[in-house]
Amino acid sequence: MNDALLRSLTPGVLTVLVRRGADFAAAEDAVQEALIEALRVWPADPPRDARGWLVTVAWRKFLDATRADTARRRREDRVEEEPPPGPTPAVDDTLQLYFLCAHPSLTPSSAVALTLRAVGGLTTRQIAQAYLVPEATMAQRISRAKRTVSGVRFDQHGDVATVLRVLYLVFNEGYSGDVDLAAEAIRLTRQLAASIDHPEVAGLLALMLLHHARRAARTAPDGSLVPLAEQDRGRWDTALIAEGVEILQAALARDRLGEFQAQAAIAALHADAPRAEETDWVQIVEWYDELSRLTDSPVVRLNRAVAVGQADGPRAGLAALAELDASLPRHTAVAAYLHERDGDPTTAARLYAEAAHKAPSLAERDHLTRQAARLNTYLSRRAADDVDGTDE
Amino acid sequence: MAKYLLLKHYRGAPAAVNDVPMEKWTPEEITAHVRYMNDFAARLEESGEFVGGQALAPEGEWVRYDGEGRPPVTDGPFAETKDLIAGWMIIDVDSHERAIELAGELSAAPGAGGKPIHEWLELRPFLAENPAVTDCPHR
Repeated sequence: MNDALLRSLTPGVLTVLVRRGADFAAAEDAVQEALIEALRVWPADPPRDARGWLVTVAWRKFLDATRADTARRRREDRVEEEPPPGPTPAVDDTLQLYFLCAHPSLTPSSAVALTLRAVGGLTTRQIAQAYLVPEATMAQRISRAKRTVSGVRFDQHGDVATVLRVLYLVFNEGYSGDVDLAAEAIRLTRQLAASIDHPEVAGLLALMLLHHARRAARTAPDGSLVPLAEQDRGRWDTALIAEGVEILQAALARDRLGEFQAQAAIAALHADAPRAEETDWVQIVEWYDELSRLTDSPVVRLNRAVAVGQADGPRAGLAALAELDASLPRHTAVAAYLHERDGDPTTAARLYAEAAHKAPSLAERDHLTRQAARLNTYLSRRAADDVDGTDE
Repeated sequence: MAKYLLLKHYRGAPAAVNDVPMEKWTPEEITAHVRYMNDFAARLEESGEFVGGQALAPEGEWVRYDGEGRPPVTDGPFAETKDLIAGWMIIDVDSHERAIELAGELSAAPGAGGKPIHEWLELRPFLAENPAVTDCPHR
């Protein structure tokens, strides 16, 4: 049994414990312990009924913990030893679990951590590694999150938009260490899409698939960024693209547009172009207009300026850019790009260097510095050629 | 084992021998530099001497408490004269000599013209939590 399959059983097992009367926090701890036990025992001794095994072990862990707790508090309440009779129901309340873990009372980082553990079945250690924090810190974050939602009724229906934001955050984290958070976000979004029929859930899943399809082409072997226009499109995952497009089309057909569907539509238009020059930028600008209406985000308007620069020429892009706050992240990088396309390498080189200085990540900083270096090298060679030309 | 902090500066360190800003290198020289830095960290991980490392943004601000019920005072951006740290790496090595050796290697990262930068790095020993038992025989 592989790791992802094991983890896909987590939400079902957890909800069984909750339905048997365990409180969410204690049940979640017990399931986590059962998962760690499974990772230890299963490779040598795989169970026939994985889900049944997990339920049994998790329930035992829960009882042990409750008993220890009871003893510690010198209470005399008797704890029910055996689970209520009857088969383990196959239907689970996975959806409720998503709502609880993304509850609006949680901070984004807590909601992310709790979702990855309670719904995703990742261990605290794996989550800590993925977010580059000490395991003890992540354990604290998770137990605080559980305390925060302890008063929330488990059967309460929440807002699906909060769940989507959490999954989107997980996806954007990418991967570091041995946990691929992008793949995990896709798995969790697929699972969510299976339990709720909602066009924005489909839109987010399509968006993730379409972006994930380009991942192999997005970085060079040395880790440096490869911009969309320079990517080897032969390395895009056509199966993921086809799946993403199909999911998106079905969602769009329902005529309930949302921001994730609009973003996915833009990603689909990129995926659809066999060569960068064949990209339908006019349609992409139209989708950015839709997206601006839906979100009114300055980041969207910045990306729109790039698209305008492609559809109507760099001057139009610069005009669109001039309407935006220059302190926006990546504003300078976009300006540099548009000035280069406008045939002004001197300004572009200066702006690329300035953008590198403000870059929010190392990979972007290296990329922008390289762009400045490329233009400066070109400019100094051109100056040298001019001097040579005069000599002759 | 002893831990050391290696500090790289945006400014405030004495000038490097090969002191050319990165945007004036060729793209190939930048690639070679990044590869050298990555290889260096990977080698230390392999030898079991790497603890951690992180790059810092060149911008920031000063912050201090301003009294009960008041928001903290901030001051920034940094003055042009401020010593500015660009990043850090923590190593755990057997000796001071080894720490010097590694700092020297890091300073040899290639820069403009593919030649070593000879950048000055700051090497700072950590204060241990407790004295080694055998260092204090009378305790």
